[in-house]
Amino acid sequence: MSKHKLDQTRAPIYEALQEFKKQRVVPFDVPGHKRGRGNPELTAFLGEQCLTVDVNSMKPLDSLVHPVSVIREAEEIAADAFGAHHAFFMVGGTTSSVQSMILYACQQGDKIILPRNVHRSAINALVLCGATPVYVNPDINHQLGIALGMSVSQVEEAIRLNPDAKAILVNNPTYYGICSDLRSIVKLAHEYNMLVLVDEAHGTHFSFGRNLPISGMAAGADMAAVSMHKSGGSLTQSSFLLTGKSVNPDYMRQIINLTQTTSASYLLLSSLDISRRNLALRGGEVFDHVANLAQYARNEVNQLEGYYAYSDELINSDSIFDFDRTKLSIYTLDTGLAGIEVYDLLRDEYDIQIEFGDIGNILAYISVGDRKLDVERLVSALSEIQRRFGREKSGLLTQEYVVPIVAVAPQTAFYAEKEQLPLEETIGRICSEFVMAYPPGIPVLAPGEKITQEVIRYIQYAKEKGCSMIGPEDLAVERLNVLKY
Amino acid sequence: MELWFTEKHSPNVNFTIKVDRHLHSVESEHQRIDIFESPEFGRFLVIDGFMMLTEKDEFIYHEMITHVPMAVHPNVRNVLVIGAGDGGVIRELTRYEAIEHIDLVEIDPVVVEVSKEFLPQTACRFDDPRLIIHYEDGVKFVRGKKNFYDLIIVDSTDPIGPGEGLFTKEFYGSCYKALKDDGIMVNQHESPYYEYNALAMKRAHKRIVESFPISKVYQVHIPTYPSGHWLFGFASKKYHPVHDLRAEQWNQLQLKTKYYNTRLHVGSFALPNYVEDQLKNVE
Repeated sequence: MSKHKLDQTRAPIYEALQEFKKQRVVPFDVPGHKRGRGNPELTAFLGEQCLTVDVNSMKPLDSLVHPVSVIREAEEIAADAFGAHHAFFMVGGTTSSVQSMILYACQQGDKIILPRNVHRSAINALVLCGATPVYVNPDINHQLGIALGMSVSQVEEAIRLNPDAKAILVNNPTYYGICSDLRSIVKLAHEYNMLVLVDEAHGTHFSFGRNLPISGMAAGADMAAVSMHKSGGSLTQSSFLLTGKSVNPDYMRQIINLTQTTSASYLLLSSLDISRRNLALRGGEVFDHVANLAQYARNEVNQLEGYYAYSDELINSDSIFDFDRTKLSIYTLDTGLAGIEVYDLLRDEYDIQIEFGDIGNILAYISVGDRKLDVERLVSALSEIQRRFGREKSGLLTQEYVVPIVAVAPQTAFYAEKEQLPLEETIGRICSEFVMAYPPGIPVLAPGEKITQEVIRYIQYAKEKGCSMIGPEDLAVERLNVLKY
Repeated sequence: MELWFTEKHSPNVNFTIKVDRHLHSVESEHQRIDIFESPEFGRFLVIDGFMMLTEKDEFIYHEMITHVPMAVHPNVRNVLVIGAGDGGVIRELTRYEAIEHIDLVEIDPVVVEVSKEFLPQTACRFDDPRLIIHYEDGVKFVRGKKNFYDLIIVDSTDPIGPGEGLFTKEFYGSCYKALKDDGIMVNQHESPYYEYNALAMKRAHKRIVESFPISKVYQVHIPTYPSGHWLFGFASKKYHPVHDLRAEQWNQLQLKTKYYNTRLHVGSFALPNYVEDQLKNVE
């Protein structure tokens, strides 16, 4: 028995493209490569199949800006698959989904409650709309040096102190796989008439897998930004924005159209359509396989010296309300190596590319595309790195999370008159730009925040260990833009 | 009726031999396995379309991957063999009475089953009491071993498919760790001739050089392998394959061989200039 109301074997955009190819329509419209003929080198590289469906919106293929036929139908089926009231196909990445959620919920001067370990896209949206962030400091696991979820009591306090806030944003899960108590947060927020926005960039599979944390839509959230291209298998840059009953889909469409392209790629759209179909039909088995592979890898890694691959044993029924068992997050500091050093060694010495390394951890992304023999390689390489490069643990910084001090709203800071100063001279000043390690893309400093000695020490240490720091105008991150007095 | 088996030795070169009968075909969890009977080479084993061994010329491969390290190391007691589900390496190893223990790690039990049924010429010593067969990924097995083996023989397929992991630096490093202080690792080292094989050869050599203090390469002539010119790697913590050859002691064992002898042993490490150049470039 299916839990879906609509026929999930359908893929309307894909079907329309197949039909369109058969029509052999003569193109006197864009794109100018005309089914690839005008760009033989690109066609040779990407393949003719690919280029023949790189087409523009037209009557038989509908239009993402104003969907009335096949895209509308595909959106309805996708909404059904995710248990949402409405689903929007997004082609500007989950960044644009997150931004649309915030632009919908907040206007100039509004407050929004956020965990500090949000993705930069959320704070970028505040620069655009002029809202002010109220940060809930996430709990920290001091051993692992990672920011956890938000505890319900801290959320409650933030709500009580800011009853005028318009919305609250929740990561479900964090990059490391940690989930807050989403149901309770939704209940609390709705009591205060706040919208709940869920950044589900790393949780697409929650809607389809078995024994996984609850998804935003299932928990009753008002909106969710879902990175279909991460665990869902669609093409990079494609994403879903899901909304619940309380959200006006027509106004949301207007919000999306403020910033989204009018030439949406049908490669991205069809990849969303086909991937949704696959997950709706086979997601259960697919993510069982992924979770089993991740669990196997954890068992093997935990037999090695110096590593700790953590999972649901961390659950504390509060700031780690649940854990995404498909994630392979590994604590590395007991090898004497920072996560970022292990990350670099895996690539440089062993030709293994993982998702990211920070000060104390690495994350290897396990997905439907992985084979057991590749997992064996990863585990062996970790074993070898410990044997060849492991050292005494002393002198490693473990504390990762720096409590932010918001002095002015991000938009005000971003557009203010500023000056560029060397790092050490910025202490005590207000930053007008972002600084973050990427990935994971969680800001150390955001526009409008006060620069402290602790922040500078962290930036310098992360740079020294080889983290790729990004955000500031000065690409070398030796100078920062600060507000003029 | 004419049946011919064809394997691509390069994108532009086919190797074709006449087949009498297709004896067996099975798809295992890991790969497709076929057995053919041919007038020229006898029975032969094919995995994923690549000829692994023929009854006529398998002695060259199995003697050279086994007796070369055995004639160098003075005291081999514990041996690890990875791959080798056809049994050829085991047949040669079990001729040495001094060997006390052999771990054979083969990822695919179907290769062993098929070999036992159709290739009795190589799969003839699986009942030796010193042998323990482990059906698992060699990369995983060797990771858990430390300072235990005197000799590791890596009898792998090509570096695409289940054998991929056996050409990686993490694997060679794990072998180093699993060997005793005077241990030797010998591996199937691809060929220097066609571009595809040469690329794999160079990558393997580079990674072994980075993992072992002594890393040499020796050559053999195998008629049914691409170009016929094939290489083995000799990686070692202590013994040099030529300077430390114990020819006299080995000859005293009076093992009868069809290809290997201690003069050829020395000669096989003398490589053509174009091969030496390829190896030097990655050292």
